[in-house]
Amino acid sequence: MQMPEPNPAILARKARIVERLRSVLPADAVIEDEMETRAYECDALTAYRCPPLAAVLPSSTEEVAAVLKLCHEEGVPVVPRGAGTSLAGGALPTADSVILGVARMNDVLEVDYADRIIRVQTGRTNLSVTGAVEEEDFFYAPDPSSQLACAIAGNIAMNSGGAHCLKYGVTTNNLLGVTMVQMDGTVVEIGGAHLDAGGLDLLGLICGSEGQLGVVTEATLRILRKPEGARPVLMGFDSNEVAGACVSDIIKAGVLPVAIEFMDRPCIRATEAFAKAGYPDCEALLIVEVEGSPAEIDEQLGLILQIARRHNPVELREAQSADEAARIWLGRKSAFGAMGNINDYMCLDGTIPVNELPYVLRRIGEMSKEFGLDVANVFHAGDGNMHPLILFNANQPGQLETCEAFGAEILKLCVEVGGCLTGEHGVGIEKRDLMVDQYDPVDLETQMAVKDVFDPAWLLNPAKVFPLAASDARRNVALAAE
Amino acid sequence: MRPESETELAEVIAGASAAFHIRGGGTRAIGVTTAAEVLETGGLSGISLYEPGALTLVAQAGTPLAEIEAALAAEGQRLAFEPMDHRGLLGTTGEPTIGGVVAGNVSGPRRVQGGAARDFMLGVRFVDGAGQVIKNGGRVMKNVTGYDLVKLMCGSWGTLGVLTEVSLKVLPVPETTACLLIDGLDEAAAQEVMSRALTSPFEVTGAAHAPGGPGEHPLTLLRLEGFAGSVAYRTGKLQEMFAERSVRVETDPQRVAALWRWVRDVEIMQGTGGDVWKFSVRPSEAPGLVAQLRAAHPVERVLYDWGGGLIWIECAPGTDLRPSGLKGHATLIRASEQTRLDLPVFQPEPPAVAALSAGIRARFDPRGMLNPGIMA
Repeated sequence: MQMPEPNPAILARKARIVERLRSVLPADAVIEDEMETRAYECDALTAYRCPPLAAVLPSSTEEVAAVLKLCHEEGVPVVPRGAGTSLAGGALPTADSVILGVARMNDVLEVDYADRIIRVQTGRTNLSVTGAVEEEDFFYAPDPSSQLACAIAGNIAMNSGGAHCLKYGVTTNNLLGVTMVQMDGTVVEIGGAHLDAGGLDLLGLICGSEGQLGVVTEATLRILRKPEGARPVLMGFDSNEVAGACVSDIIKAGVLPVAIEFMDRPCIRATEAFAKAGYPDCEALLIVEVEGSPAEIDEQLGLILQIARRHNPVELREAQSADEAARIWLGRKSAFGAMGNINDYMCLDGTIPVNELPYVLRRIGEMSKEFGLDVANVFHAGDGNMHPLILFNANQPGQLETCEAFGAEILKLCVEVGGCLTGEHGVGIEKRDLMVDQYDPVDLETQMAVKDVFDPAWLLNPAKVFPLAASDARRNVALAAE
Repeated sequence: MRPESETELAEVIAGASAAFHIRGGGTRAIGVTTAAEVLETGGLSGISLYEPGALTLVAQAGTPLAEIEAALAAEGQRLAFEPMDHRGLLGTTGEPTIGGVVAGNVSGPRRVQGGAARDFMLGVRFVDGAGQVIKNGGRVMKNVTGYDLVKLMCGSWGTLGVLTEVSLKVLPVPETTACLLIDGLDEAAAQEVMSRALTSPFEVTGAAHAPGGPGEHPLTLLRLEGFAGSVAYRTGKLQEMFAERSVRVETDPQRVAALWRWVRDVEIMQGTGGDVWKFSVRPSEAPGLVAQLRAAHPVERVLYDWGGGLIWIECAPGTDLRPSGLKGHATLIRASEQTRLDLPVFQPEPPAVAALSAGIRARFDPRGMLNPGIMA
């Protein structure tokens, strides 16, 4: 993955830029020491690293505005950073950029249960939003796997999802308003504590724009009352096709589970060796979870189990207690950790139409042999969001490249069957160069024209989302102006 | 003009020198456009893909909504965002199209719990003001590949592009439905009841209040949907919650549907002579806002939906109901053409936001060819 060459003129002005940053921020909020900026050299896509020119940690919307205005005047690229958990390289800096971290902005500004909203500063972690309202039995629905660490700012930038979005939707469906600072320091309020507004849906446009349109400093989020209870059921099948058909039948039957998770044999074996959750040794495993009162859960699970039995499961296990429920989820929740224990791995995130599951899994199996790298599949089956994990050895020369090439082929396959490159992780740098496989030049041009409106000089997170060749002319307008 | 294909539509727009008034079914007039020539989308019609097991439907934008609803009903599914039918309220005739629903982000009472039209949009194809065919999103439920122009197109009333194809998430029709009816509440008490219901764990999918009711007296409505046992259970729970009130329960599916159609299509203001405004506000502030508007203007009828988050208000023709400093949005839905020219139809945006909207318009439709003036 290539990144643009840093602008030497900016590198040469480092001292002046840092001095100006210090003039608008407290002393401890500007990091420029070469050892300390290392902490910001990468996000969770650790294969790519580059320390930034400097990192700043503002504490308020006003400080963010001052930083952006100054960087805009200086022509310095800014890379916004939430908690740095992006798997797509969304927060990867360049040597000539300033990292703007929102980690110090983590206050709850308002909670209103009657109106079912919470307003937070966006450095707050996803799980701690729920933490702020759970004593009243409320929760914030989007639940990315990294929810303990990831920040709302990054959730908004990537339009993050999670295991339970089959029922509750992703970030964009739970975001009501934002305070956003534009690259020139202008502060805008979009949306609020009310539902849909007239006018163009700028809120929908900002959510998922990967920090390229502005820095969101505050967010109004929809909170929901917790259901009375939830219960998972585990099902094992002797083929991916049958498991896929079972998912489709459950959906068609009118049940709307909160989650339908799928694991294939390589994944089951790896997690079983690691977490010992007691999973059956079979080709495909589903975890289906429903919510409600005990009687409502019985009613839904009754129907689901009836459907599952028609597909001759090798195992059907309904949780009878909280402990059994936890054991059913244990393997799924430790799947990534289990993989990390065996090997280096690359986690993909394509989405496919649900009915294409068996074909896509078969093709991935064939490609695995061609590339000589193992793959384990774990994913949100209800909505077709796949997370193939490609195992490789980073210490063996050439394997990272082979793994990336294999990953690219899987994502192209997702697009080919009517799906997309990324369901919830974002494009970042990771899928940037594959955008041409999903979109025609005119489609990308239209998206880039939106960035032109919000950030005409292309200073905010400029080397992401779009192939470098496609965005080159725009990014270099800023350079030419030097 | 009535192009019969996306290609033809693109050629028409690319080659045109005067602006178009884009029309799907012509049932949802909003602002007033300066464009003289009508460009109809009815020639782009038909369901191109429907996968009930994947909860996905793709259709040409000019497809009649009724055709889509019939196809879904045959599989026991529906558009869960419950798009309003504007014909009764606006006195229009014609056949609503799916493109019109999307262009207007038209939702119904279930929006408060299940989401708006924009929340069910998976993908779009459209022709921009330069005549280019653009696609965004796709037909899968989770998609964060590039910017979300799907949301941007939804609710842009044809001003950024002419929709040619839309892809939607659909949902199963629940087995059972029930409606709790509470008589005689004043507006503050009704707002509190709706809020308590919506903050309960019982998944209320509709919460509305009509101060003037269907028959002169106030009526509050709460809707439950789902499997039979579950609906019965939750009905009982809500009755317990509101034990101090006299609660009636309607379980006849046809009567429940009729009640919610009455709310959805604002039947209380159909065929009456006043202007109709729609306010999107913070629910708890709704009764106070209505009291303030009543004190200042001749307000004739009021209907609260979305637990108070949506207020329909009918007032004397030509009244500028929009208060200064409104926290929320007021949209003028029904008024004479002159009033819609005199008063902003959409909530005026703060200058920095307006500059962003104008910038987007200038790039999607640089020549001002598509519904110019309609969202001004």
